[in-house]
Amino acid sequence: MSKQYKLTASLGDQILRLLTLSMAIGVLVLMVWMGWQMFDTARPSIQRFGLGFITSRVWDPVKEQFGALPFIYGTLVTSFLALLLAAPIGLGVAIFLNEMAESRFRAVVGFLVEMLAAIPSVVYGLWGIFVLAPWLKTTVEPGLAKWLGFIPLFQGTPVGFGMLAGGLILAVMILPTIAAISREVMAAVPNMQREAALALGATKWEMIRVAVLPYAKSGIMGGIMLGLGRALGETMAVTMVIGNRPDILASLFAPAYSMAAVIANEFTEATYDLYLSALVEIGLILFGITLVLNFFARLLVWSVGRGPKGGSIV
Amino acid sequence: MFRKKGKLLAYLVMTALVLILAGCGEQAPGTSTGQEKVNLTGSGSSFVYPLLNQQIEEYRKQNSAITINYQSTGSGAGIKQVSEQTIDFGATDGPMTEDQLKAAKGGKILHIPLTLGAVAVTYNEPNLPKDLKIDPKVLADIFLGKITKWNDPKIAADNPDVSLPDSTITVAHRSDGSGTTYIFSDYLSRISSEWSSKVGKGTSLSWPAGLGGKGNAGVAGVIQQTTGSIGYLELAYAVQNNLPYARIKNKEGNWVAPSLQSTSAAAANATIPDDMRVSIVNAPGTDAYPIAGFAWALIYQDQTDKAKGTALVNFLNWAIHDGQALAEGLHYAKLPANLISREEELLKSITFQGQSLLK
Repeated sequence: MSKQYKLTASLGDQILRLLTLSMAIGVLVLMVWMGWQMFDTARPSIQRFGLGFITSRVWDPVKEQFGALPFIYGTLVTSFLALLLAAPIGLGVAIFLNEMAESRFRAVVGFLVEMLAAIPSVVYGLWGIFVLAPWLKTTVEPGLAKWLGFIPLFQGTPVGFGMLAGGLILAVMILPTIAAISREVMAAVPNMQREAALALGATKWEMIRVAVLPYAKSGIMGGIMLGLGRALGETMAVTMVIGNRPDILASLFAPAYSMAAVIANEFTEATYDLYLSALVEIGLILFGITLVLNFFARLLVWSVGRGPKGGSIV
Repeated sequence: MFRKKGKLLAYLVMTALVLILAGCGEQAPGTSTGQEKVNLTGSGSSFVYPLLNQQIEEYRKQNSAITINYQSTGSGAGIKQVSEQTIDFGATDGPMTEDQLKAAKGGKILHIPLTLGAVAVTYNEPNLPKDLKIDPKVLADIFLGKITKWNDPKIAADNPDVSLPDSTITVAHRSDGSGTTYIFSDYLSRISSEWSSKVGKGTSLSWPAGLGGKGNAGVAGVIQQTTGSIGYLELAYAVQNNLPYARIKNKEGNWVAPSLQSTSAAAANATIPDDMRVSIVNAPGTDAYPIAGFAWALIYQDQTDKAKGTALVNFLNWAIHDGQALAEGLHYAKLPANLISREEELLKSITFQGQSLLK
């Protein structure tokens, strides 16, 4: 009886194994196939412009000249700006909610922060046009120019629409991702760690620094990288506030353009093959950048996870 | 055991019922109206979408057997799909080029004007009147980034009664590929050789100056939030949002504000070739507004499916006649009467196996 039971169970397991295996392979195949398809469509542009596509700053559909550098620049600057702002704030939110807030307050605020992730990006974009950009133009940018104007980043005429607006809106959008994941991994830190630290006479901050953060750091890093991934690919909200100008200027006030935005903007009216092909090549580069960054993120998580202090969670 | 059997029986009965009902459903229209059901698909220009969609709905009320599904995918996609024959008709607001026509897989494609669009030049500067006069050359210089202040002498020359403010001009333009941009840049290329050689015309451009906004709404947003800005919008959009728009000097030297009438006037006086692929920017005529253009339906002259071809030709014929009544309510300019009869001739030239489909 027990033997028969075992047999059917293992048959079921085998079917399950095959089923899930085919799903896993399916995802892999899909990804390779997508990459190949994109490469195939981008080929006319790759053959025509070669490596010059990545280094050229000209994007002129009328004269059939295409270069991706301004878009790569805009995407990277806005994404890293977003990360720079959202990572510390997200971490702060997570620390507060997990270690300091009362439980009822924690539930409410935690819920609200996560709600931020549920807002559609076009709504963020509208808010960007009607609230953020005018505020940046009249208040923030003149202020920055006045106090920090000696740095090239904060020079030039305040326009409102530009890289600063793009970075800020992305920061708000990736904040919940970073905060939520950091909170999860901090919540998974065993209480004994905290108690041990407190028992040794640590203050709250010392307890967080010594017992919680090292334990959770690889997970936090993972959350930050997920946020970066979202920032790189975000399209709608960015295109609504970035000014959509393929230029490379040092000032954060200046309008710029991002890779995802130019694809979404120009794809439907790309009237000839080379044009379409150039847009797809930008997609391919975005795909590549995301992969490379994710690879480095993994490497970082892995090396941090193996560090001497604390344990790894993810 | 019994319950299982009961369930099985119930399933069988249900399936049989569904099949019978479905059979009835399919038969009903054929027997009652004597007309075959036809499904047409089209895609393309987002500019004509509101009008075309309304026309399709209205037409369906009169001809319930014909279902038309039009998707606003953008003119570029419309041209591509009609060339690949994945749709029955396309719509575009920039005419197909010779190369594109040659690449079409189903033979010769005809351009049937559906409506007219005008591009309004709108601005946001509280100290300016609602109908500033802008000379074509000045307009080109502003969008080239050469005129950067509102009180530039060149603007002042045409507006002697206005005290122009000393504020910086911020140019706003469409960042997404669009027929509006095509018409606008077509106009600037026509009146300014510098624009023509430096920038040219197209659905997306390498803009010498300014900020890009996504869609009419995006450009309007940038304009409204930026004092001293100037941009261009589809006329309907500017009218609906009550934005000020400039009067432009037309070919005859008159200052003309964009309106449905002045847009129709541009088409009425333009010389239009038989294939209808024509730009009507800077058209002659005392009342003609100079920044206007057609939106066309794209259809193969040689149809491969009689029922579909007939339905399509009949619909288009209706759209250029009775369907025009819907235009002005939606802020589209009507096709001029002298053009409609010529379009009808064009529709009559559409054939299935050598037989004209429009009776």
